[in-house]
Amino acid sequence: MAAHVDTVEQVRTVADQKYKYGFVTDIEADTAPKGLSEDIVRFISQKKNEPEWLLEWRLKAYRHWLTMPEPEWAHVAFPPLDYQDAYYYSAPKSKTDGPKSLDEVDPELLKTYEKLGIPLKEQEMLAGVAVDAVFDSVSVATTFKGKLEEQGIIFCPISEAVQNHPELVRKYLGSVVPAADNKHACLNSAVFTDGSFVYIPKGVRCPMELSTYFRINAANTGQFERTLIIADAGSHVSYLEGCTAPMRDENQLHAAVVELVALDDAEIKYSTVQNWYPGDENGVGGIYNFVTKRGACRGRNSKISWTQVETGSAITWKYPSCILQGDNSVGEFYSVAITNNMQQADTGTKMIHLGKNTRSRIVSKGISAGRSQQTYRGLVKVSTKASGARNHTQCDSLLIGDRCGAHTVPYIESRNRSAIVEHEATTSKISEDQLFYCRQRGISQEDAVALVVNGFCREVLQQLPMEFAVEAQKLVGISLEGSVG
Amino acid sequence: MLEIKNLHATVGGKGILKGLDLKVGAGEVHAIMGPNGSGKSTLSYVLSGRDGYDVTEGEVLYQGKNLLDMEPEARAGAGVFLAFQYPVEIPGVPNTTFLREAVNAVRKFRGEPTLDPMAFLKLLRIKIKELGITDDLIKRAVNVGFSGGEKKRNEILQMALLDPALAILDETDSGLDIDALKTVADGVNALRAPDRSVLVITHYQRLLDYIVPDHVHVLAHGRIVRSGGKELAQELEKTGYAAFTGQAA
Repeated sequence: MAAHVDTVEQVRTVADQKYKYGFVTDIEADTAPKGLSEDIVRFISQKKNEPEWLLEWRLKAYRHWLTMPEPEWAHVAFPPLDYQDAYYYSAPKSKTDGPKSLDEVDPELLKTYEKLGIPLKEQEMLAGVAVDAVFDSVSVATTFKGKLEEQGIIFCPISEAVQNHPELVRKYLGSVVPAADNKHACLNSAVFTDGSFVYIPKGVRCPMELSTYFRINAANTGQFERTLIIADAGSHVSYLEGCTAPMRDENQLHAAVVELVALDDAEIKYSTVQNWYPGDENGVGGIYNFVTKRGACRGRNSKISWTQVETGSAITWKYPSCILQGDNSVGEFYSVAITNNMQQADTGTKMIHLGKNTRSRIVSKGISAGRSQQTYRGLVKVSTKASGARNHTQCDSLLIGDRCGAHTVPYIESRNRSAIVEHEATTSKISEDQLFYCRQRGISQEDAVALVVNGFCREVLQQLPMEFAVEAQKLVGISLEGSVG
Repeated sequence: MLEIKNLHATVGGKGILKGLDLKVGAGEVHAIMGPNGSGKSTLSYVLSGRDGYDVTEGEVLYQGKNLLDMEPEARAGAGVFLAFQYPVEIPGVPNTTFLREAVNAVRKFRGEPTLDPMAFLKLLRIKIKELGITDDLIKRAVNVGFSGGEKKRNEILQMALLDPALAILDETDSGLDIDALKTVADGVNALRAPDRSVLVITHYQRLLDYIVPDHVHVLAHGRIVRSGGKELAQELEKTGYAAFTGQAA
């Protein structure tokens, strides 16, 4: 057994591109006590061997956090969070407590993996089972790392970047999402423990999709990730985030922060498929996904494109946004959000037009089923200097059944006469006619729902990189199982 | 093939079918004619298993099995096909995708291996060529923006692909000009086979000039009030339904 654990950890570290210390030791030996205090913040910083400036940054965030009210404007309801009843530096499920073989894993979980078409070996990895048959992944990861380094691309855990590229981290960390931005982001600034760092040098087109797939899945934790992506002038990168497999967890706070910076002529495409555990059909358990994601188009002609498929989490509170500072910069937001059973989602985007001739496009597809509640909340803001700014927003809601809710809350603030801002919205119900038509052709009720909903989301799903799009399509069907009939 | 005995059905608590009897043998084409409100569409929905169409009495045997016990998709799998009077639009779903899903779903019911996208496309190309359907029609979203004729042609294409044992054409002639009517009829005639039965439900006789039935039945007030050969359709065209509706009332 021990040898197996080593192997998995080895894979994990290579996949993480994190080599120096055995992750196992980290997890088993270094568990901070429950609760949150300045000492815990110091503990985390110390464990990460961080420079003084970062500790100060964390502490400042923590002290400010204590004074901040909970954001209460979102259309979601949950009991007050008990911040002292959580671990801020630990893996809640250590390897030794984990399942020894797939036989010990919740069969429902395995069923879902199967439906997603995740190969058996990967299933074992995802479930945290120790296996020794994952060497393919090792070599793949290594090959990629070499290839990336050749072009000067930095892709590593953020804690490693703090050690090896402190000047970049110090310059950009918190520059898009300030520590005091909102309560959840502020907490993240104080206690973040993991996350990715990406730097694409001038003029480099990243030769492959960068992904956190492995790392997030392997970690069994990571509730406070911090991701920072910098695309230098004329560079291009596509980044994939999240796992397409559900994680079984208690009601846990997941407060991540993602910051993107695009300089002149640079382009960042950021895709997320979020399928955290949504809780059961009665609303017990599930992740509170309170995430702050923001990108700054700092340079002229820069572009940031967010694509998200949100199917999981008990509560989603998330507004990936673009600050369009550079003239002619472009912001895009493509979103599919699916809520079933008792899930609640309040999600949307903010497009802040500051530069001249800046353009933004928002396509939001919301699907509500069961007794779920879903809100699209979007802000389009055009500043006085943003002459020639353009925005087009398309916001469609689809209702399944008669016990769910869909709400659309668009805010438009335009301070420039030359700006053109358009908002279109539709709300429809999945029709009995469509379902019966499919069933008369032999397609089962559940497959019919998946088919109709996939059609509804097509415009957004097409934005996803190929492999992701296929998984996302399957996920759409799985998330809506049991929503009809 | 199909045997309907004393079928009573209600829609929203209202009795629509009131003791319908019908026997359709293998390879036969039967036409069911009747005025509006006689229960024609109800019959097609009861046979295909639509929710909200409740059978209160009687039975339907299909290939010796109790059809009414089966889910709609299982009936489709067993070879019951309904060409819709109003084919439904499914935005964003390419017709090809929909057709492949349907074909593979039915193949699964029949214990046949499913077709991968390439193999399916090959089959689809053959079928659309036979039916004179353009490429464009299979690439667009299911029935979205289709003309009346295109929608009905798409129904016939589905029928050809799914290879049913019992095809029910519900007012397939409605909304068609004469050219489209001919194309659709040609499509149906091409599928006539000794092991395939067809139930043509129509208000007008004109479709039956092109799809010539073996038997014609008049449906009024939820029952078959008269049966005969193809000449019955012509008689109806002259006399109208008045005589029959009076008789059944």
